[in-house]
Amino acid sequence: MKLPLYLDYSATTPVDPRVAKLMCDCLTQEGNFGNPASRSHVYGWQAEEAVENARRQVADLINADPREIVWTSGATESDNLAIKGVAHFYHKKGKHIITSKIEHKAVLDTCRQLEREGFEVTYLEPSTEGLISPEQVAEAMREDTILVSLMHVNNEIGVVTDIAAIGEITRAQKVLFHVDAAQSAGKIAIDVESAKVDLMSFSAHKVYGPKGIGALFVRRKPRVRLEAQMHGGGHERGMRSGTLATHQIVGMGAAFAIAQAEMESDNARIDALRQRLWDGVKDMEEVYMNGHATQRVSGNANISFNFVEGESLLMSLRELAVSSGSACTSASLEPSYVLRALGMNDELAHSSIRFSIGRFTTEADIDQAIEQSRNAVIKLRDLSPLWDMYKDGVDLDSVQWAAH
Amino acid sequence: MAYSEQVIDHYENPRNVGKMDEADAHVGTGMVGAPACGDVMRLQIKVSDEGVIEDAKFKTYGCGSAIASSSLVTEWMKGMTLDQAGEIRNANISEELALPPVKIHCSVLAEDAIKAAIDNYKSKQ
Ligand SMILES: Cc1ncc(COP(=O)(O)O)c(C=O)c1O
Ligand code: FES
Repeated sequence: MKLPLYLDYSATTPVDPRVAKLMCDCLTQEGNFGNPASRSHVYGWQAEEAVENARRQVADLINADPREIVWTSGATESDNLAIKGVAHFYHKKGKHIITSKIEHKAVLDTCRQLEREGFEVTYLEPSTEGLISPEQVAEAMREDTILVSLMHVNNEIGVVTDIAAIGEITRAQKVLFHVDAAQSAGKIAIDVESAKVDLMSFSAHKVYGPKGIGALFVRRKPRVRLEAQMHGGGHERGMRSGTLATHQIVGMGAAFAIAQAEMESDNARIDALRQRLWDGVKDMEEVYMNGHATQRVSGNANISFNFVEGESLLMSLRELAVSSGSACTSASLEPSYVLRALGMNDELAHSSIRFSIGRFTTEADIDQAIEQSRNAVIKLRDLSPLWDMYKDGVDLDSVQWAAH
Repeated sequence: MAYSEQVIDHYENPRNVGKMDEADAHVGTGMVGAPACGDVMRLQIKVSDEGVIEDAKFKTYGCGSAIASSSLVTEWMKGMTLDQAGEIRNANISEELALPPVKIHCSVLAEDAIKAAIDNYKSKQ
C-alpha cells in the first residue's frame, strides 16, 4: 500500500534520524541504559550526564537556566502540572484563572476540573482572526486572579499570541503566566528572559523528537511554586517523581538543539511552501485562509473550502494525510470549537482542512496537495446543493432548513 | 474511518447527479438536512402520469456515506411506483452500503429525502 503524503506536522512529526540514532544509544546493555538517579556507579553518572546535557539543550532554545526545566511525559502533563500545580499551591491567594476558548484540551479540561474543585475560570474570546489581545487579559484581571494560561501558537490555526505584552501585564499585577508552547518551540524564537513568562509547556514530538516526553519551564526568579501532581521518589526537585527516561530525554534535547540550529533555514523554506500551497488554491471561489494573515507560524495552513463538507473532502483527499476542522461521526456533527470560537459559521467550519507543513515536505508534495485539493473541491461542489444555491444567488441563511 | 467498497464505488462514481426544474408539475423535490449539521440532501423525482418514477436526481452536501446513500436511492427509485419508493427504508440502504452504526443517520436522511420528494410531488397534483 502506498502511504498518503504526510501533511499533518501539527499533529506530530517523525523523529529526525539524527535524533533517533542518539536515542538508540541509550537503550541496550552496550549503551547508556543506567538510571540517572543511581548515585553509586558509573552507569548512573553517565545517564545523569546525558540527561543534564539534554536539559541544557532545551533550556538553551528558550534562553532559560537548565535548573528551570522539569521533565514530564509531554505537553499535556506539563499543562496539568502548571495549572493544577499553581492552583493547588496558591489557592489561598485567590481562586480565579484566566484562559481562552481556543486552548488545547489539555488546558481546557484541566480548567474544567479546577472549576469542579471550586475555582473560577474566565475563558477569553478570540478575535475573528484568532487572537487574544493583551487588553482583554488586562480587563479580565481580578483581585483574586492567580494565573493566566494562554497558548503561544494555536494548534489548529497557527496564530501567535503576543506573550511578551501579556507577560508585562501579568508581572505588573503579580499574577503567574503559563504559556503552552507545544506548537511554537523550534518554530519561533522564544526568550523567557525578555518575555515575562513564569511557566511554559513543551512537547518533543512536535519538534522531530519522540512522543511521550515533554518539559515544563518553571521560573526561579521570581520563584514559582507548584504543588506536585505525581508523588514518589522526589525526582525533578520534588515537582515530578518518576525514573527519568534517558533515551526520551536525550531525544528531546537533541531535537531541540537541531531546532535551534536550523530554525531559520527551516522556516524560510516552510514559509515558501505554505505560500505556494495558498497560491495554488486561493483563486478558487469561496476559499478562505483561517486565522491572522501575518501573526502566525509558517507551517500551518488552515483553509476553508466553502460548500463542501469536511469529511467527504478528507475522503477525496485520501492520498493526503491532513486533518479536518470537523469530524462528522455521529448524528450531532461537531465543528471544531476553535473555528467556532472565531465566529465562523458552521458550514465554513465543516469545510476546513488543516494542512501542516514540516521539515521533510517538498515542493513536489505541495504541488500534489494543490492538485488533489482542487480536483476534490471541484468534484464535491458539483455534487453540492449548497454550491448550486450559492451560484443561483440564494442566501443560505434565509433558507428554512428541515433539521433532522 | 474505513469505507465499504459499495460506499467508495458510489462516492467515486455517483449516479444521477443533477438538478431538475423544481417548477415542473411532474417533478417532486425533497430537501432535507441543514448546513449547520453538516449534511444537506436534495433528491428530485420525475413522475409519469401513471405514477411511475421515470427519473431521479440528487445533490448532496455531506459525508461519503450520505453521498453514497443518495446516489444509491436514485438508482433504486427509477422505474418504481411512488408507493414502492415510499417503502424504501433506511435499513435497506445501510445494509446495501454496509454502513457502520455511526453512519446510520446518513441513510435515515436519504429515507427522509425520498419521503419529502414524494410529498412534494403529491402536493402539486
Ligand atoms: C497546543 C498543544 N498543547 C498540548 C498538546 C499535547 O501535547 P502532548 O501530546 O505532548 O501531550 C498539543 C499536541 O497535541 C498541542 O498542540
Ligand atoms: S452526513 Fe453526517 S456522518 Fe454522514
